[in-house]
Amino acid sequence: MGDWKMIVSVASGKGGTGKTTVAVNLALAWSAERAVRLLDCDVEEPNAHLFLDPVWERETTVNLPRPVVDDEKCTACGRCGEVCAFSAITVLGGQVLVFPELCHGCGGCTRFCPTGAISEILQKIGTVSIGRADGLQLIQGRIKVGTPLAPPVIKAVRQEALSGADGEMDRHSQMPVEPVTIIDAPPGTSCPVIAAVRGTDYCILVAEPTPFGLNDLSLAVGMVRKLDVPFGVVVNKAGLGSGNLKEYCEAANIPILLEIPFDRRYAAWYSAGGRLIDKFPELQAGFHQLWRHIEAAAGEEARGGAVRQLQAWEAGKP
Amino acid sequence: MKELLVISGKGGTGKTTIVGSLAVLAANKVLADCDVDAADLHLLLEPQPVAATEFSASKQAVIHPQQCSGCGICLDVCRFDAIKEIGGRLAVDEIDCEGCGVCFHACPERAIAMEDKLSGHWFISQTPYGALVHARLGIAEDNSGKLVALVRRQARILAEEQRAEYIITDGPPGIGCPVIAALSGVDLALIITEPSVAGKHDLERILQLTRHFGVKPLVCINKYDLHPGYTEEIQQYCRREQVDIVGLIPFDETVVAALVQGVPIVAYEDRNGTREAGSAASAIKEMWTAIESLLTPALSSGS
Repeated sequence: MGDWKMIVSVASGKGGTGKTTVAVNLALAWSAERAVRLLDCDVEEPNAHLFLDPVWERETTVNLPRPVVDDEKCTACGRCGEVCAFSAITVLGGQVLVFPELCHGCGGCTRFCPTGAISEILQKIGTVSIGRADGLQLIQGRIKVGTPLAPPVIKAVRQEALSGADGEMDRHSQMPVEPVTIIDAPPGTSCPVIAAVRGTDYCILVAEPTPFGLNDLSLAVGMVRKLDVPFGVVVNKAGLGSGNLKEYCEAANIPILLEIPFDRRYAAWYSAGGRLIDKFPELQAGFHQLWRHIEAAAGEEARGGAVRQLQAWEAGKP
Repeated sequence: MKELLVISGKGGTGKTTIVGSLAVLAANKVLADCDVDAADLHLLLEPQPVAATEFSASKQAVIHPQQCSGCGICLDVCRFDAIKEIGGRLAVDEIDCEGCGVCFHACPERAIAMEDKLSGHWFISQTPYGALVHARLGIAEDNSGKLVALVRRQARILAEEQRAEYIITDGPPGIGCPVIAALSGVDLALIITEPSVAGKHDLERILQLTRHFGVKPLVCINKYDLHPGYTEEIQQYCRREQVDIVGLIPFDETVVAALVQGVPIVAYEDRNGTREAGSAASAIKEMWTAIESLLTPALSSGS
C-alpha cells in the first residue's frame, strides 16, 4: 500500500444538496482507516471548516498578474487592446484603460506591447489556508469578495495538496503524505467545478430527490462523463420529494452509493455545525460503507485502466 | 422599471422556489433565469420557447499540424497549461484553453487559428406568468458571466418593449463571476438564507459583495423554524448591519409537494384549496407585499 493514493471529488449540479456534509463525514469516517486530507474547493463560499473547527497552521496568498502601463513609454498605439480577448485593456482618447476585474492574467498585452510600456504586478485574488482538525489535514481556498475568478484559487488549493506528493513527507508539515484526498467542489457545472473535479479518481455526485435535484444531477452527470471521471450518486434527503431520481440512476446505470434519509433531527444537527456521524450511528455505518465502496470501485477502475492499456499496447504491436 | 435579483451565496436555500412564487404574485414583469449552469426555473413555469439563439462568446485556439514546426513557443507562452504534447505533436486542450489568443499571436509559423466556440444557448419563452429569458450553458463550458450579462440585457430590452414594471431575476449561487454579472446595477438584491452555521457564514460574504457593488440588500430566512437559535443570530446580525429582513418562511413539506407537481408554491395552494395561515405560501405573499412597497416609490403607489 506504500504508493496507494486516491483523489475523490464531491460535486453536484444543484447547490445545497449536501456536498459539504458528505465530504466532511466521509473524510472523518475514512480517517479511521487512512490518513485523509480534505480540500475545500468551494472557494466562493467555503464551509467545511465550520464543521471541523481546525487549527490553522499557515496561509498563502493567491495572486494573478495584472498589467500596469508606463505612460512615458506608451504611444497609445492600441496593440494591447487588439491582443486582449477579454476587453480588459483598451485605448480610449489616447489613454490606456485597464479593467482588472475582466483580466485573466494571460500576459498577452505585456508580451506584445511594441514599446515595452506594460509590466505586470501581482494582485491578490484569494488565499489558501492549511490547518488540522480531528487528525485530518484541511486545505481551504477562499476568493476575496469582489473577485470574479474562482478557478485560479481552486487550482492553487490542488497545487498545495500536491506539493508533498512526490516525497514520503510533506515538505511543510513534515507529516506523511495523506493517501486519500477528498475535494469539496463548488456547485454548478461550469469552469470552477471543472477545476475541482477534473483529474480526480472518483466523483461522488450528491443529489436530492426533487425535480430540481434530478434536472441538475443530469447536468452534473454530463459534466463528469465529459471529464471521463468514474462516478456514483449519494442521495441526500431521501424520502422527500419523488422517486424519479432512483429510476433515472437505474436507467442510466449509475450506482447509488448511499441514501441519507430526510430527517428533521439531521437537519437541526447540521444547522448547528454538527457532524452527522458523531451523533447518528446509522449514518456512521453508511459512511463507512461509502468509502469501502469507493475504494473498491476506484481499484476496479485502476485495474480496468491497466487492462485497457495492455490491450491498446497489444493492438499497437507490429 | 425596477430590477429585483434573488441570490443566496450558499446554494439550495430556496432561490428558485421563491422566484417561482414571485412570478405568480408580481404583475407586469419580465422574468430572467441567470443561474445559467444549473437553471431550474423553467421546471416551475412551463415555458413555451418563442426564440432560441446560439451563444458564442469566446474563441478557442486550434493548432494546424501541417503548418506546425513543433518549436514549442506556444507551450512556453500559454499561462493556462492548455498546450499539451501528445504523441510528439502539439495540441490544444479544449477545457484548459481560455481563448486568450497569446499562442495565436506568438506562433512564428502562423499555425494556430482562433475558432469560435459555441458556449450555450439563450431563449425567450412565454409562461402563464409572463415572458421568461433563460439560458443553457454547454456542459463544461466557461463564460457563464458573459451569458448572465446577455440574459440580463435581453430581459431589459423585453421589459422596455412591454413597458414592464419589474424584472425579477433568479441568480446563481456563490459570489464569483456569474453572481457579479447578475448583481451589478440591479435595484434590489433579495438574499435567501437558511438558519445554519453555513447559511450565516455565506450570508456575511454575499452581503459584503452587495456592498462592494453598491446594491441595496434585503434578507429572507427560509425554513426559519428548522433552527430558531440561528434564526435569532441572523436577525441580530442583520440588525447590526442595518439590513432589513423582509421574509421569514417556515419549513413546509407542501413546498416539496408543489415542486414535485412542477407548480410554484403560491399557485399550488390556490389550486388545491389548501390555503392556510402560517404556511410557506402565505409567508411568501407577505414578503412580496413588503418588497413591492420598497420597489415602488411612495408617490406612485399612493394614488
